[in-house]
Amino acid sequence: MSKNIPAPASSQRGGSLLRRLSGNRSGAVGLLLVLAFLLVALAGLLGLTPRLPAEQFISHRLAPPSADFPLGTDLFGRDIASRLISGAAVSLRVAVSAVALAGGLGAALGILAGFAGGRVDNLLMRLMDILFAFPALLLALVVVTVLGPGPANSALAIAIVYLPIFARVARGPVLSVKELDFVLAARCLGLRPFSVLLHHVLPNIVAPLIVQVSLALSWALLTEAALSYLGLGTRPPAASWGVMLSESRPLAERAPWMMVFPGLAIMAGVLGFNLLGDGLRDVLDPRLRGPGADARA
Amino acid sequence: MPRYLARRLLALLPTLLGVSILVFAAMRLIPGDIISATLGTEAGMLTETQRAALERYYGLDKPPVEQYFVWFGEALRGNLGHSVRHGQPVLQLILSRFPLTLELALLSMLLALLTGLPLGLLAALRHNTWLDFAGRLFALLGLAIPNFLLGTLIIFILSVVFRVLPNAGDYVQLHEDPLRNLQQLFFPALTLGFAFGGSIMRMTRSSLLEVLREDYIRTARSKGLAERHVILHHSLRNALIPVLTLVGIEFGYLLGGAFIVEQIFALPGLGRLTINAIGQREYALVQGVALFVALVFLLLNLIIDLLYALVDPRIALARHE
Repeated sequence: MSKNIPAPASSQRGGSLLRRLSGNRSGAVGLLLVLAFLLVALAGLLGLTPRLPAEQFISHRLAPPSADFPLGTDLFGRDIASRLISGAAVSLRVAVSAVALAGGLGAALGILAGFAGGRVDNLLMRLMDILFAFPALLLALVVVTVLGPGPANSALAIAIVYLPIFARVARGPVLSVKELDFVLAARCLGLRPFSVLLHHVLPNIVAPLIVQVSLALSWALLTEAALSYLGLGTRPPAASWGVMLSESRPLAERAPWMMVFPGLAIMAGVLGFNLLGDGLRDVLDPRLRGPGADARA
Repeated sequence: MPRYLARRLLALLPTLLGVSILVFAAMRLIPGDIISATLGTEAGMLTETQRAALERYYGLDKPPVEQYFVWFGEALRGNLGHSVRHGQPVLQLILSRFPLTLELALLSMLLALLTGLPLGLLAALRHNTWLDFAGRLFALLGLAIPNFLLGTLIIFILSVVFRVLPNAGDYVQLHEDPLRNLQQLFFPALTLGFAFGGSIMRMTRSSLLEVLREDYIRTARSKGLAERHVILHHSLRNALIPVLTLVGIEFGYLLGGAFIVEQIFALPGLGRLTINAIGQREYALVQGVALFVALVFLLLNLIIDLLYALVDPRIALARHE
């Protein structure tokens, strides 16, 4: 493995990140899409929907988009716009909790493995290899089989899939940073290992972790929708983009809007976090580009 | 190379052992016990003797470590248990469904390579032209459209606009009627391979662009070699190494993705079998599939690593040190 000299931590901080990101085309588009998604999801979390997502307007079943129902209604006369907003909240909650869990635990394990080295490193990474031995979706399916369907369990399944990725992403830079002169110097000065870790190693692995968080959110969003689509994630009548898409299938000919809007929402969300991740990678650390740093999609 | 192979095979063993422990333990973690979970509400109607008999049948009366060794020993001999609903041994079921899943994954990889490689090469050779732009747009779409959405859209377009249903009638195996089989698998493979084609295009493009900036390419050009020769003999081989890695990494995910696509297109492969098994709480079947796919996945990764070492001899050497 080549020794990457990490960028000085100071260049990764400050308000200039936003400015640099807006100068990067994919980063800027990604950021806009992500902000739009967050806004909609926040409205959903606060219950700010035009109508109640489960309210049925029986006389307006399968109504096309109109002034009353801007995105149309579904088979039960439920307002698609309101369900999309409420579904965004479901996606956000699942994606954020999954990535927080995987990122926190995975990064901790990766840092521990990289910093401790030797047997601890070997053992932890072999354990991560076991998780890597399953195709991502199959692993998520197995977890959902064991725990049963539901949004909380989808989040846990997604977290388990992403755990080894975060561990690897955190471990790599720790390995190369800990051999660098300034870290060795700090240790020679008698700083305790934890203090070396906190002040000298951590700032240098923040950039790859941030990039990975964005890519992981994209994958989490997609997997939540996929599991719900398969009937193993969020269950109806709760509104989730995957559920809405699967409900639209038999009715696609009569009510294409039932398929189009959840489809566009999923696309925009997935694309947004993905582009933001790419943009962040370009801005924070161009050397990270390459197959190894790609998300497990 | 033989030493490298031996080392890699040896390194596989602990992972496989770990995988088997994980798969075994996962099924023990099911809330309640496997008998209640399988039978649902009917479990309450069991008499004491019936329950004891079932516990003996599932080996639940033994300590967990012993249970694991019994299970693993049986698994090594090819006995992965029995599917109640299908009335068949799990391994036999898996082996009968796997060819379709494999064919689907291979076909989608082929489609992805056929689109991704030429588009990536063109985009790199015509850098910053409309061709480059179109190729990148294609890659972006591949990134953004999840396969369950694309599959749903394709079925919608085929059935509403063209009035054809891709899988009207029963699925035909490849050896029975190759043409009809390919007809049936074309759209599912397109669905599955689309995103992958996008990633191949991106990787080919960026990797070739990078290689074309290398000093030895400048040297080749300044020697007066024809551009065609420079591209074909000096650039492509090096540029395609990262693409090979990507193919290796993604093939396993194509197998996973096939699980969803089979469900959408109602293809009777391993994925459909598994998803139905999850719904019907056929734990032995899910357990068997997990173990089987992990094994296939690990072997695939091994093969890709070996290929990789063949293409780039530095790798096998570096790992010997």
